[in-house]
Amino acid sequence: MKREIPIIITFLTGVLCVVAFFVPHPPLGGLQQRFLIWYAIVVGFTMILGLDSLIKYNIKKIRQRKQGWQYSYVLLFGLILVLVTGFQSWFKYNTPFELRSSFMYSYIHIIVPLQSTMFALLAFFVSSAAYRAFRARTFEATLLLVAAAIVMLGRVPIGKMIWDKIPLFSDWLLNIPQLAAKRGIQIGVYLGGVVMSLRIILGIERTYLT
Amino acid sequence: MCARGFLTGCLILTYFDFLPPRQISICVYNKFICITQHACHFYKEVYIIYLILIFGLFVQPPTEVRAHDTPNDEGHSITITWEPSAIDSGRVGLFQGYEIYRGESLTGEFKNVGFAAPGMTRFEDSNIGIEDGKAYFYFIRALTTVGYNDSPKVGPSISMAQWFNMQRMNVLVVTLLISILVIYYIRRAHAGDKLFVRKIAGLDAIDDAVGRSTEMGRPILYSFGLSYLNEVWTIASLAILHRVAQKCAEYSTRLLIPHYDPLVMSAAQETVKQAYSEKGRPDLYDERDIPFLTADQFGYAAGVDGIIMREKPGAVFWQGYFYAESLILAETGHSVGAIQIAGTTSVEQIPFFVAACDYTLIGEEMYAASCYLKPEPQMLGSLKGEDFTKAIILIFLVFGAALGTLGVLFKYVANIDRLTIWFESLVQWFNTF
Repeated sequence: MKREIPIIITFLTGVLCVVAFFVPHPPLGGLQQRFLIWYAIVVGFTMILGLDSLIKYNIKKIRQRKQGWQYSYVLLFGLILVLVTGFQSWFKYNTPFELRSSFMYSYIHIIVPLQSTMFALLAFFVSSAAYRAFRARTFEATLLLVAAAIVMLGRVPIGKMIWDKIPLFSDWLLNIPQLAAKRGIQIGVYLGGVVMSLRIILGIERTYLT
Repeated sequence: MCARGFLTGCLILTYFDFLPPRQISICVYNKFICITQHACHFYKEVYIIYLILIFGLFVQPPTEVRAHDTPNDEGHSITITWEPSAIDSGRVGLFQGYEIYRGESLTGEFKNVGFAAPGMTRFEDSNIGIEDGKAYFYFIRALTTVGYNDSPKVGPSISMAQWFNMQRMNVLVVTLLISILVIYYIRRAHAGDKLFVRKIAGLDAIDDAVGRSTEMGRPILYSFGLSYLNEVWTIASLAILHRVAQKCAEYSTRLLIPHYDPLVMSAAQETVKQAYSEKGRPDLYDERDIPFLTADQFGYAAGVDGIIMREKPGAVFWQGYFYAESLILAETGHSVGAIQIAGTTSVEQIPFFVAACDYTLIGEEMYAASCYLKPEPQMLGSLKGEDFTKAIILIFLVFGAALGTLGVLFKYVANIDRLTIWFESLVQWFNTF
């Protein structure tokens, strides 16, 4: 029964969701939306689990003096700081999202710049990955290199200065061969998703029941 | 006199601007309106001309107003459509828009239930207060800055819920087709038919990756990316994790799984615990190796990069859904010399993984992982059914392309447009949803 009951619940929920997708009449209409609300509530509570895990993980690091353990202090301090500023702003402005609040100050002046910094690093990673990918060692890699060079040139003004047809060719590469490949993969992904869902609903796929 | 003449000129220009094609810019147009409205305060005769023009020529109500039950919905909604007023230029100026009024009888009180901007020809009245099975009447008021004009009242229209969403008929047909094929092939597999599954290098490499990591004395890192538990690829990734965890238990290798979502974390912890128990090594399980990091995209990327740099894993598995952080993660993994096996259904991120990782499960290969790793007849049958559906879609694509091409040829060479009409109907049918 330990396995059968979850399978029955999955089957009933899955079938209900599929039927609700095609039948808008109450009580089925809007059922998906209601399930999503339930899911959001469950997820809200699991954040406590996440916090518990995060704190345990960092305390372990500090206790065992693992490499970079000092940063765990920074993380725990940041966690407390955000909680304190959040509550303080809530009490003061009735919402933590008031622009003048300390919570939003910490968000705008600490978190956003940190996010931007991480995102900016992407440029360097793209360069190193592109260098490896574009080395013309095989016929396919050479094709990739040529295509990439044309697309890159087509995106910048100098491409048009070299030959005014380069942007057109670049657009053709993006809109025809690239899009065809992308759509081929997408069809596979969507079909795979449908079949996977079917396996889950029918109880064939049971990996999640461990 | 000069000022009055100028203002009357402005007024006339404003009037002509209502009529397409609009030949003056919005900025100039707004200035004319401003001047005209100011003029109305000072010169009575300008104001009178203005009113005559507005009421006599401009304020025409929308025509062909129709109110009907909103199709394919769960009720409590009536859709009103109309042909735009003759003075509706599609932008806010002297003409302000349409106010929609609803009443319960032709002679009773009508309440304003909504507003539609200039250029709009449809309004869905799904406000609280619409009851199914009850008759409602509507009229539309065309509003200008100085006046309005009402359309005739229309109705009665009755809202009701539908039992089937006809717009999703195409989805139903395709879903049924896939389901029938999958069930058919599952039955055939049960009956003993041998089903061929091609090699998937990324999945074959799992054992090698874990073995290599063990030999190097390094841990293994597994990431679900920014996946949530209600997504199908997360379930697919759990199947791969189960296999990786079993191998880790066999070789006593440490497995690190930093998380973005606490619910996925709980599922992963249970999966790993189960896999360790199956291999008789529950003692190896430590839930602090499967921590939650953060629910922030780049915070997660920074956290995982930190773990990679400190722990220097020998093998890294990127199995889930990734966004812009994919390359940051994969390149960091590459920098510590880890063997990397990626798998994602995010089409935009696949090229990054292909460039930075040793093996990549492309799209549907990830969904096939559980069947590949646990080749039971039911699982393999479902894969075969999927492939057959793909073949049917391919046939449809070829047929559609041929029909479209022949349609154009026949239309322009022999002046026969039947094929084009068929082709357009086919495309329309697929596009309905």
